Amino acid sequence: MEIILDVTDLHIEFHDHDKPETVVEDFDLMLEKGEIVGIVGESGSGKSMSALAIAGLLKRHALTKNGRIMFDGHDLLTCDRDILRSYQGDEISMIFQEPMTSLNPVKKIGWQVEESLRIHHKDMDKKERKRRAIEMMTSVGLREPEKVYNMYPHELSGGMRQRIMIAAAMIGEPKILIADEPTTALDVTIQAQIVELLRKLNKEKGTAIIFISHDLSLIRQLCQRVIVMQAGNIVETGKVEDIFRAPQMAYTRKLIAAIPQIDL
Amino acid sequence: MRYIMKKVLSMALTLFVVSICVFFAFSLIPGDPVTRMFGTQATPELIEQYRQKMGLNDPLIVRYFRWFTSFIQGDFGTSYDYKVPVAGMIAEKIPITLTLAIMSFVMMVIISIPIGIYTAKHENGIADHILTVINQIIMAIPPFFSGIIMTFIFGIVFKLFKPGGFVSYTKDFWGFIEYLILPAVAIALPKAAMATKLLRGSVIDEAAKDYTRTAYSRGNTTNGVLYLHVLKNAMIPVITFMGMALADMVAGSIVIEQVFGIPGISRILLTSINNRDYPVVETIIMGIATMVLVINLLVDIIYRIIDPRIEVED
Repeated sequence: MEIILDVTDLHIEFHDHDKPETVVEDFDLMLEKGEIVGIVGESGSGKSMSALAIAGLLKRHALTKNGRIMFDGHDLLTCDRDILRSYQGDEISMIFQEPMTSLNPVKKIGWQVEESLRIHHKDMDKKERKRRAIEMMTSVGLREPEKVYNMYPHELSGGMRQRIMIAAAMIGEPKILIADEPTTALDVTIQAQIVELLRKLNKEKGTAIIFISHDLSLIRQLCQRVIVMQAGNIVETGKVEDIFRAPQMAYTRKLIAAIPQIDL
Repeated sequence: MRYIMKKVLSMALTLFVVSICVFFAFSLIPGDPVTRMFGTQATPELIEQYRQKMGLNDPLIVRYFRWFTSFIQGDFGTSYDYKVPVAGMIAEKIPITLTLAIMSFVMMVIISIPIGIYTAKHENGIADHILTVINQIIMAIPPFFSGIIMTFIFGIVFKLFKPGGFVSYTKDFWGFIEYLILPAVAIALPKAAMATKLLRGSVIDEAAKDYTRTAYSRGNTTNGVLYLHVLKNAMIPVITFMGMALADMVAGSIVIEQVFGIPGISRILLTSINNRDYPVVETIIMGIATMVLVINLLVDIIYRIIDPRIEVED
């Protein structure tokens, strides 16, 4: 299989307090084309920080980062910002935990969905952009995309906004989609729909997904491989079924035990 | 549309209340136009005769409604002092005061927006620190004081303009504008300082919001995020402030006109208050109140254009 992303020895430290704080101590990830990898761990385990580093979204101040994030022959940690930007939104996209605040409140939905095309495909004309946006919005399951196109974020529900975020992230047909707890802020039925949507997009477009969650049951539904993180380190990694059948670490067993069981 | 109708209706009501307040306030303070007119030559008979003639002996309510009905018909009355119609007297002064206010407003906008954006973008840089200190100082200086200082420096030391050398816009338009530059600066500076501070803070607040991270994730440059995403959001509170500032500038130009010897509305307003020239005072204050209300309405409309979250409620 083709490796499209190779993260080795990623180390992230914050310096905005008196003592440096290590948020990611040692993170490795090899992502194959078209696969779905889950990263699971409790709050503060460093999973979001690792994801932000891959997406090139760590704030520049008050932190050090070491290691390598190899994508398309470039190390995303050290390459020029221009090179990094040329991938952002086009080859590597990201969706976030808070669909309520992740969209710009004063810009129309259509404008935001099309943004990556406007930035990365400057030669594309307005009509074509709109056509693609409508098409993408349809494929993420939005009804009346023409109408939604001219609406503002506050007119939509959380689930619809997360679909918009996904549409905007997928419009450039990226190689990698990073989903940072995309369902945490949504209610359970919407959660299932979003997970289903990600699975569908993965199949149709062949986009590899890094799916971050603290909820192992969602990871089990969606991912082929899982990385378990604790306190900035990877404690266990492997195929989802193996981890569930025979977890090696006490921490993983605890996470599995924490999945609520519903006996009917 | 319905919203604007509603607004206009509430503006009319506000103006009505303002007119009552002004009218009744003058009946509470001592002083009388007829006594002022005759000065030392006043005799009780003469005063009585003129009071009767001018209708000042009628009850307050009667006088108010007599004035009010003719006012809304566009008859602003005749000045007690100058014996000329108030409308004509004020009409030639309004362009002066209005030009001054608009020039101050434009200056405030063109000073504060670039500096606000720059200091926010380079938050905690050297320029930001220096500009913040200068800002604090300017904010604390009232226009009449900076006006006096500027008159001294530019008028007397450098002789760049002639203090008191006002030219009317009817005679020399550019000379008129030139004379108004310094007074406009004096009015604009403290407001520009406040607007800069507000915009800087607003941009910094907005830049920390989640949607900017989304914007970066799509490959935007820092400037792209700033100008395409942050600025429109950050302008919302600033526009509210600028609207209030413009209203304040119309009223605030009265003091500055005195400092720079500009024969705008202020001179007539002050003399007519002193002389208890009721029709003149009433008309000017109603005019200022109308301007403030119209500006507020405009701000409201702009606000609704910028921020889609504000629904036009019926």
